[in-house]
Amino acid sequence: MNIVVCVKQIPDPAAPQSLESSTHNLNRSGKLILDEADTYGVEMALQLVDKAGTGEVTVVSMGSSSDLAGVRNALAMGAAKAIIVSDDSLRGSDALSTAKVLAAAIRRVNPDLVLAATESSDGYTGTTPVQIAELLGLPSITFAKSVNVDGSLVTVNRQTEAGYDEVTSPLPALVTVTAGVVEPRYASFKGIMAAKSKPVEILTVADLGLDGQVGASGAGQSIVAVEAAEARESGEVVVDDGDGADKIVAFLDSIKVL
Amino acid sequence: MSISNIWVVLEPTAGGFTTTSLELLTHARTFGGSVAGITWGDGASHAAQAGEYGASTLHDAGNLNGALPGAPVAAAIAALVASAGAPDAILIPTSYDGRDIAGRLSARLDRTLLTNVTGISDNGGLETEHPVFGGTQIVKAKFTSDGPGIIVVRAKSFVAESSGGAAATVSALPSADSGATGSAKIIATHVEEREGPKLEEAAVVVSGGRGLGEAGSYQLISEIAKLLNGAAGASRAIVDAGWVPYSHQVGQTGKTVKPTVYIACGISGATQHMVGMKGSKNIVAINKDPDAPIFQIADFGIVGDVHKVLPALIEALKARN
Repeated sequence: MNIVVCVKQIPDPAAPQSLESSTHNLNRSGKLILDEADTYGVEMALQLVDKAGTGEVTVVSMGSSSDLAGVRNALAMGAAKAIIVSDDSLRGSDALSTAKVLAAAIRRVNPDLVLAATESSDGYTGTTPVQIAELLGLPSITFAKSVNVDGSLVTVNRQTEAGYDEVTSPLPALVTVTAGVVEPRYASFKGIMAAKSKPVEILTVADLGLDGQVGASGAGQSIVAVEAAEARESGEVVVDDGDGADKIVAFLDSIKVL
Repeated sequence: MSISNIWVVLEPTAGGFTTTSLELLTHARTFGGSVAGITWGDGASHAAQAGEYGASTLHDAGNLNGALPGAPVAAAIAALVASAGAPDAILIPTSYDGRDIAGRLSARLDRTLLTNVTGISDNGGLETEHPVFGGTQIVKAKFTSDGPGIIVVRAKSFVAESSGGAAATVSALPSADSGATGSAKIIATHVEEREGPKLEEAAVVVSGGRGLGEAGSYQLISEIAKLLNGAAGASRAIVDAGWVPYSHQVGQTGKTVKPTVYIACGISGATQHMVGMKGSKNIVAINKDPDAPIFQIADFGIVGDVHKVLPALIEALKARN
């Protein structure tokens, strides 16, 4: 069972974030980390391959190739190899361009299953995985709370408004996993050392035959303005001296909720 | 370019279209042009509601025979674009199935899409608003390629209002073969029981976060919600940790709420969370960290231990009842 996991290296969400003033692209000049949302997919893939007893996990990513610590982290967790599509022309790509690039990279692996997070933690467009599935002609199941593979069938408990649905699909297929679907492992020292020698293939847009079709030039959207939102004034903040609950009740009284 | 033709994806439930669907239909009317709905299942049973909120035509993809809607509905919309021509915009609710439909349609039509939209206007062409960085900044965007503009809109961006229109004319969508892409099937549906008002509709929402310390403490949240006749919500952190079901999650990936009062207990205020509750009329926050970002948007904040404040609050509320 061969599984591709789509991963993204993102600016640390704990650090202050900003948009570049001229391009309005997210400022990615700081240190990049593996999106925590992707660690669930990596872990899920490792467990599924383990259970199948055969196959391997490949991580596929688009972005800068100069800082690959995040991708190395996925390899240290146990993924066998990585494919990175890195090209200056890809800056400012929209979700569809990103999907075209990732789909072309995934096609080279021809996996049984593609896993991705439901959305990235920086851009959170939340449609790239399904766009990839459509481009690859694959069925997809999004928002998985659990994933089981039995032979050539994948069964997923899929989050719904009211609870969850059990959904099945023949393989190959694409599944997006919610955070918490599994508990991601920490990379061991042995894993970190092994990751240093695992294959990382770096491809350009030309390598994928997508010249002129992707990147900012292929984006069908542009940001025309960035404005400060109407600020919400902060109100009174008091330290609890044992009367915090009474003060909350008084506040609820004042807004006529009680 | 004037916006003269808008299609709105209307998600059916047993009790009618989802509220977000009706919000989009209401907003689509404001452009003054033609508005059509797109649905699946049994369009005829929803024709009156589609018309009431402003659709003149309701395109029906029909019975999906258990398939997840994403692939077959996107294929049917693409077939309609091919036969009837592209509208100026296709509005789609931000929801589990809505995002699937939007992503598939974008790839099928080879057209970009704009997501997490909270405002749409005609400013020499479609202009969309997107809150970023927890809603502290608003990005405005435009399409630069040919239509249709595929726009995925967050819940509660607009207010649903009836137009009093007559029932929409139901029209069957052209049949479209979605092939292997449509082979994901629903085999069972599970509903998680919850008491009291729905999270998205409650006037009072009480939410818990990591500051509760352990899953068992969420009981405090449920009890206060019940005493205030409100709904209990949660931050992503404790949903990810498995303390409460995903259906309780408020935030970017969860539900958007705009109650009269939102009481955040042990929630620090990650941007993920804030974008889902920042529109609340009043915000009360209880957190032991005085520097927690949640206090910056709270109308009333208590710096304190939720394990002391919440039990006391339960007693105080019981005394009032």
